[in-house]
Amino acid sequence: MQANSLQEWNSPLTAEQTELLERLAADLSPEQARWAAGYLAGVHGALAASDRPQAATATAAPVTILYGSETGNAEGLAELACQRAEARGLSARVIDMADYKPRELRNERLILIITATHGEGDPPDPAEDFYRFVHGRKAPKLEGAKFAVLALGDSSYEHYCQTGRDFDARLEGLGAQRLIERVDCDVNFEDTAGEWIDRALDAFAEHADAARGDNVVAFGAPSNRPAPTYDRKNPLAAEVLDNTPLTGRGSDKETRHIELSIAESGLAFEPGDVLCLIPKNRPETVLDLTAALGLDASETVVIRNRELALGQALRDECEITLVAPPFVQAYAPLTGSGELAALAGEDRRKELMAYARSRQVLDVVLDYPPQSIDAQAFVDALRPLQPREYSIASSYNANPDEVHLTVAVVRGETEHGYREGAASGFLAGRVQPGDTVPVYVRRNKNFKLPADPDAPVIMVGPGTGVAPFRAFLEEREEAAAGGRNWLFFGERRFRTDFLYQIEWQRWLKDGVLTRMDVAFSRDGKHKVYVQDRMRERSRELYEWLEQGAYFYVCGDAERMAPDVHQTLIDIVREEGGHSDEQAAEYVKQLQRDKRYQRDVY
Amino acid sequence: MTDKDRSHDLSQPLERLHPDERLKFESDYLRGTIVDSLADPITGAISERDNQLTKFHGIYQQDDRDLRSERRRQKLEPAYQFMVRVRLPGGLCRPDQWLALDRLARDCANGTLRITTRQTFQFHGVLKRDLKKLMQGISTAGLDTRAACGDDTRGVVCTVNPWQSRIHAEVESLAKALSDHMAWRSPAYDEIWLDQEPGTSDENEIVEPIYGRTYLPRKFKYGFAVPPINDIDVYTQDVGFIAIADGDELAGFNVCTGGGMGRTDNEPQTYPQLGRVVGFCRTDQVIDVAEKIATVQRDYGDRVDRKHARMKYTIDDRGLDWFKRELEQRLGRSLEPARDYRFEHNGDRYGWFEGDDGNWHYTLFIENGRIQDRDNHPLMSGLRAIAGEHEGDYLLTTNQNLTIANVTPEMRERIEKLLHEYALRDPAHYSALRRSSIACVAFPTCGLAMAESERYLPDLITKLETVMEEAGIGDDAIIVRMSGCNNGCSRPYVAEIGFSGRGPGKYNVYLGGGYHGQRLNKLYLENVDEATILEHLEPMIRRYAKERQAGEPFGDFVIRGGYVAGVHDGREFND
Ligand code: SRM
Ligand SMILES: Cc1cc2nc3c(=O)[nH]c(=O)nc-3n(C[C@H](O)[C@H](O)[C@H](O)COP(=O)(O)OP(=O)(O)OC[C@H]3O[C@@H](n4cnc5c(N)ncnc54)[C@H](O)[C@@H]3O)c2cc1C
Ligand SMILES: Cc1cc2nc3c(=O)[nH]c(=O)nc-3n(C[C@H](O)[C@H](O)[C@H](O)COP(=O)(O)O)c2cc1C
Ligand code: SF4
Repeated sequence: MQANSLQEWNSPLTAEQTELLERLAADLSPEQARWAAGYLAGVHGALAASDRPQAATATAAPVTILYGSETGNAEGLAELACQRAEARGLSARVIDMADYKPRELRNERLILIITATHGEGDPPDPAEDFYRFVHGRKAPKLEGAKFAVLALGDSSYEHYCQTGRDFDARLEGLGAQRLIERVDCDVNFEDTAGEWIDRALDAFAEHADAARGDNVVAFGAPSNRPAPTYDRKNPLAAEVLDNTPLTGRGSDKETRHIELSIAESGLAFEPGDVLCLIPKNRPETVLDLTAALGLDASETVVIRNRELALGQALRDECEITLVAPPFVQAYAPLTGSGELAALAGEDRRKELMAYARSRQVLDVVLDYPPQSIDAQAFVDALRPLQPREYSIASSYNANPDEVHLTVAVVRGETEHGYREGAASGFLAGRVQPGDTVPVYVRRNKNFKLPADPDAPVIMVGPGTGVAPFRAFLEEREEAAAGGRNWLFFGERRFRTDFLYQIEWQRWLKDGVLTRMDVAFSRDGKHKVYVQDRMRERSRELYEWLEQGAYFYVCGDAERMAPDVHQTLIDIVREEGGHSDEQAAEYVKQLQRDKRYQRDVY
Repeated sequence: MTDKDRSHDLSQPLERLHPDERLKFESDYLRGTIVDSLADPITGAISERDNQLTKFHGIYQQDDRDLRSERRRQKLEPAYQFMVRVRLPGGLCRPDQWLALDRLARDCANGTLRITTRQTFQFHGVLKRDLKKLMQGISTAGLDTRAACGDDTRGVVCTVNPWQSRIHAEVESLAKALSDHMAWRSPAYDEIWLDQEPGTSDENEIVEPIYGRTYLPRKFKYGFAVPPINDIDVYTQDVGFIAIADGDELAGFNVCTGGGMGRTDNEPQTYPQLGRVVGFCRTDQVIDVAEKIATVQRDYGDRVDRKHARMKYTIDDRGLDWFKRELEQRLGRSLEPARDYRFEHNGDRYGWFEGDDGNWHYTLFIENGRIQDRDNHPLMSGLRAIAGEHEGDYLLTTNQNLTIANVTPEMRERIEKLLHEYALRDPAHYSALRRSSIACVAFPTCGLAMAESERYLPDLITKLETVMEEAGIGDDAIIVRMSGCNNGCSRPYVAEIGFSGRGPGKYNVYLGGGYHGQRLNKLYLENVDEATILEHLEPMIRRYAKERQAGEPFGDFVIRGGYVAGVHDGREFND
């Protein structure tokens, strides 16, 4: 990619430089390449600017007029401000805080905020998200930005114009420079506001040209450290920025949205890649386990020639939730139970699998308590704690400082009590924003967007399977890719389980998402699944394939993926008028051409 | 504005009028794209434009406001749901209809029924996918929701006094006839909700003989009052008819017009107003008079500024004489001079009453009109059981209460037994203060609510009860009405003590309304919390207990006591 992009930049380099750079570029991994670009950006802003068009095209910085309005007053004033700005030849855009993409804030140079206050000194409903973002830990530094705030309110309320005051103070706190003093407007605000707007625009006019160009520094180019590579031995301690449920009240599931910071880490990834996370086991479970074994948690054991306390070993080093057959085989002798030994026998593999899947290690120990066991022997029987993989739900290009995950929490009761999944339980219950978690990226060559930005894309992602497709859309939106996008999503209930609903709605409105079909299995009398929706749309779906569409499936490997696969073959057979063999071959060919890719688990 | 000024009315081209007028005009008689909106699987909402149109069909899009910000953080759209209002002229329905609605409330809505201040039922929390099922159920029960909301003739209300059975029956049927006459007629309703095939609409066929394509500038409300009871607050109706009896015969009605409650904080050009009596008409002229008044509003009402689009402004801007002239011209005759009448109160009579035809009627107090089962008060189940046996009628009252009407002497014992079985409380169980209080719905369903009302007034009343008892007037009534915002759905501006919500936990307090709705109240405290409210009301109520004259209502006392000035014309409300 780097090589041809040199032409795109109609390179100012000398032949030697070009050759050097091309040779280097040729054997850089995408991660290294991105880091190098960032590195050069640090040295010469212009390069970085080139993959961020909005910066490259900056002449005189535009005034961004952000409004927070509930009953329309602030909105009206914002419109007015925009007209007056344009009237005096300033370039300006007016945006409802509700529609504003927070990550754009870092690039703003001139910010004019007009906001009302509602509730008891609360931001107007539509402004709530933006307000929280600006006042939260994710807010970018705003050095080099200039701002002014107009506050609407009603002096008969206790917290008069509170929201305006808050923004005013916070923007300064983030390093932005206040161009003129805020004014607080009471219920008859027209004149005061009108007059203030004129003064504000005067001030902005002066700085509009001054602000030209200095945009690039705003991108915070990576520091010039050599790109570190993160892996299982050397994971990145990523700070948790956000950790909130996506499932609404009344859902019988819990699926969470998790945002990790990778700012300044040099970590990079592509849509379709997977984040590996090293969990810590649940302390309560560790206690129950040592108790069940009749062992003392402080007793030392040796793991990979390292001495540590049993308790710590079970929490940080050993697999104690997933039951692997080898564990049963190694553990059985320690219990002296003939029954378990028999179950562990090669001939009863199937039974053993079924037994293991429905239990955690603690359950096995409670089913078959050891007579007397030595701590070392037990930990030796356990597998080393495995990292868990999560499809990355965000695009690096859209959001270079963060990785987003969509995590379904595994929890429930076994006959012995409450159990939860190691990693999902860890993320759901034991990490707050501010904590760090050990992670690294696993590339996933076999789950990639088409190189051709104009190729149509069909995505089937029920449940958490939708995660990578959020990354796909962010990427295609950021790249302004022309290709059509069609998403099939499914879950249990429309009202509580429609993961990322408002984001899909926005993408549909903006045309980034061409169409979306949803299947909610528990809303109606009879269950419907994504494959049923595919069938209902079989004609269009086949047309898309014929037009070169790429077909992606992510999520449940056990039932969903096979059903979707079979449905795809059926659709090709019926719509294409093929025989079974031909249809199967058609789909195989799609796979060979990498136009049918799966990421299932 | 003078009667010459036509710059804001129907005579103007659409582009000069409020966007809603174009919306109505282009809606193909209220069809819009409602069908497509219902089919959209990606959202539980309907399009913004259709949202305006469904109101005409008796349907409001709302969302559970308790969940709003929580769901925004969950990246879920607001918990969209719908409120559906039944058209129930005079609040009259049958037991079989009660049972049908009760079932629908549990199958398609949030499991409650809500009796409104215009004596009908509302369903809350209806999901988009259940809307059609609900609408068809209502239709199967022999009812509809046409014009329950929207810029048209709203539910026609009527005094509940079945014990004056002859006159009551006559006025009831008149209310029904008027509602049926004024309800919009477009086939859109049957096509969208009842799957009726779109008939071949012939171009020059007149779909809406009274309204035309743009219907009315704003909601329009009729009410019938039968003295001495003014339960419907006849002076707050756009058009009120006051029954004039001649012995126990119905002679006709005084016509009263230009009333309304709606106002907007910080906009002094908006105000609540009392209707004024303009004359008398015979019973057989009522429908004609009603229709002609609506056409005056249709032609002259403000279609530019929706906050100034009610009948009351049309009349106040041009003067009562202009209005009478315009009306009598359209009637082709003049109204007779108004006759004498006397109102005593605007509350309900609770408990058992014998009608002059020997049937019995029992009025239950239903706090804020909400019918649901609460622990140790299975109201909904009890009423369901009664509906299973009752052979008479039900009458919903404009004070959000329920009258089990026309119980034969033989049946009375059976009904009493069921009332007892389900511990449906005797109205006497509640203080007079509580029994004469009304709260609008407000949170969590009302999109316009700024403060709690239905969920809060009961607590405030409890606190006021203590004050009243300590003052030694625990058995007396003061009319207290709370609205969660300035719109005044509980008719708070004619209450002796009125509240309108300003923000969470904050209310405006109004004092001095007339005991039988004849006088507006006036702002006394602005945007205050409960502590401040009680701090001011306690001494006032104590003083009232000491200094009131015989039979002097609280509303009169606060004026004599100099707390507020009496307001007899809405134009003085904001002074
Ligand atoms: C249910 C009810 C209150 C109650 O607790 O019973 C009610 C509830 C609402 N009213 Fe009302 N109004 C209700 C009687 C009234 C009354 C009292 C009356 O008519 O006797 C009034 C004052 C009289 C008047 O019309 O002036 C009233 C004046 C309003 C207004 C202000 C109109 C104006 O001219 O400014 C609005 C807001 C609007 O229309 O823009 C409104 C709007 C609303 C809405 C639909 C809010 C909205 O537009 O989104 C409320 C739905 C809340 C909910 O969740 O159910 N409602 N509303 C009453 C239903 C009556 C019915 O069955 O038709
Ligand atoms: C390529 C790939 C991508 C993935 N992407 C995602 C993604 O985007 N989002 C996502 O959520 N997941 C994703 N996964 C799955 C994820 O990696 C984990 O497997 C999942 O989160 C469960 O891990 P855990 O540590 O929480 O549970 P584990 O500790 O691994 O599993 C708990 C074990 O306990 C057993 N058990 C038995 N009874 C119970 C009980 N009553 N309660 C609880 N456990 C019980 C379960 O059978 C299970 O074997 C992906 C997997 C792969 C391979
Ligand atoms: C429910 C509600 C609560 C309000 N609370 C406050 C408040 O706490 N402080 C304040 O200064 N203004 C408050 N206001 C007044 C508004 O800020 C003011 O009306 C402003 O002009 C509204 O602007 P908007 O139309 O852009 O929303 C409140 C208004 C409403 C309707
Ligand atoms: S008064 Fe306001 S808050 Fe109450 S129901 Fe009416 S519109 Fe809603």
